[in-house]
Amino acid sequence: MFQLLKIELYKIFKRPRTFIAFAVITAIILLIQVALKFGGEEYVGIMMSGVNSAFEAPTHEILNGYFACFMILNLLLVHVPILVALVAGDMISGEANMGTLRLLVSKPISRTELLMVKFTAACIYTLLLLLWVAILSLFFSMFLFGTNQIFVPREDQANIIATSDIMWRYAAAFVFAGIGLITVGSLSFMLSAFADNSIGPIVATVCVIIVFTILTQMEIPFYNSIKPYLFTRHMLGWKGFFYVKGVDGVTENGSVENLPGIIRSALVLLAYSVLFLSAAIWYFKRKNILT
Amino acid sequence: MRKLIYISMIIAFLFSSVVNAQTAEELVQKVKEKFDKVNDYEAKGKMKINVAFIKAPVATVKVYYKKPDKLKINNESGISLVPKGSINISIANIIVNSAACDIIDAGKEEKTGLRIIKLLPRDEGADIVLSTLYIDEKKFLVKKTRTTTKENGTYELELEYGKYAEYGLADKVIFSFNTKEYKLPKGVTFDYDDGAKKGEPKDKPKNKKGKVEISYSGYIINKGVPDAVFL
Repeated sequence: MFQLLKIELYKIFKRPRTFIAFAVITAIILLIQVALKFGGEEYVGIMMSGVNSAFEAPTHEILNGYFACFMILNLLLVHVPILVALVAGDMISGEANMGTLRLLVSKPISRTELLMVKFTAACIYTLLLLLWVAILSLFFSMFLFGTNQIFVPREDQANIIATSDIMWRYAAAFVFAGIGLITVGSLSFMLSAFADNSIGPIVATVCVIIVFTILTQMEIPFYNSIKPYLFTRHMLGWKGFFYVKGVDGVTENGSVENLPGIIRSALVLLAYSVLFLSAAIWYFKRKNILT
Repeated sequence: MRKLIYISMIIAFLFSSVVNAQTAEELVQKVKEKFDKVNDYEAKGKMKINVAFIKAPVATVKVYYKKPDKLKINNESGISLVPKGSINISIANIIVNSAACDIIDAGKEEKTGLRIIKLLPRDEGADIVLSTLYIDEKKFLVKKTRTTTKENGTYELELEYGKYAEYGLADKVIFSFNTKEYKLPKGVTFDYDDGAKKGEPKDKPKNKKGKVEISYSGYIINKGVPDAVFL
């Protein structure tokens, strides 16, 4: 199994497509960081527009590495799933397309084991991509902008979190984002099991993410009843670690406003992952690979 | 012995009459004289913000003042959120500018016995419309102020004094002000909807009054503060 996993990882990382994702992530993050470095005060001004009526706040203190990372993740975590789909959507259909699937299935392991190995390899790729996002968006931003308290703008309030209370929140947020991206990976993986070419699953995953994200953000009461079932809504749960409790306006260090809600979102995402993977295995075990 | 008691009672009555007889101008002048002892100061303290739409940690602040009206609040531990207008309506600024105001004696506050003095700026273009001072006329200390501005509504200052009372510097200042509605578009914030029922959070103050409380732990008075601090 481990040998097979090594082979699958080798196959992933020998394709140029894999590194497109890393290159795109690097380019986007650097572009955002450059924009924030040279024109960030205006952007911070927009984020501070609710607070500015009552307070004078120095934008150079707000525009720090932690804030920059939060803004990058805010903009990026909608798009990273598309990059995950690039690889996960190709895991099985790519083999079918190249005609190597029949050869692969003839190996002395079960189809379920084969799929589990491929899924594990896709997860490792996803987590490595996320690690790269973390290094660039958090640590490089800290290097570029320095550190201070983080200002978290929300629709109806703003939270300020003490410097000593931030890093664990980022660690938790990245773990949560990992769960979310694995859900997208498993959707793409399932669609890949259904198809015989790579384009279909990748495009289908992207379409699902776009439609679900639009439905998540739309404030139309008609769609409110389906929102709890959209995994894209739960994928935003990483932000929940930056929503803090307060007593008389004072932030409670180490607190999370609705931890049960975040855990519920994580469980929903995990349930979706299991569902997609199970569907992929169920279908793949019956798949006719002779045609 | 009885004579002595009568005499002391008469003296006490005469003394209190003299105190009460202080005109509003004299009282403001006495308060100003206390402030005049302070050319500059650097003070350390803790600042607590209590506003409906902000949750922030208690800040460790340094407050710098330099005559006549320079004031700067720096958060040593993070982001320095300073209430708008707080500098213009600081107690020192009100007293310093009292010369440009008509001073009106409004009697005494029943509950506290504090003397109420109203300052009406003569300049019609000034942002401050009216300042009301509540003064302890025995100690010459301003205990409370209420300032109405054209642009930003009404501000209130409550002051508690301790070991720096001889300079007219408070140990604790509570600054109250009006706040406006806070709202950012959802498309900008991409808020996480955790499924919790929307409504007023339990820990959210109900009114639209914001409060900032600064408790000072110590002052360094008249040791010089560089101008660069106020930039």
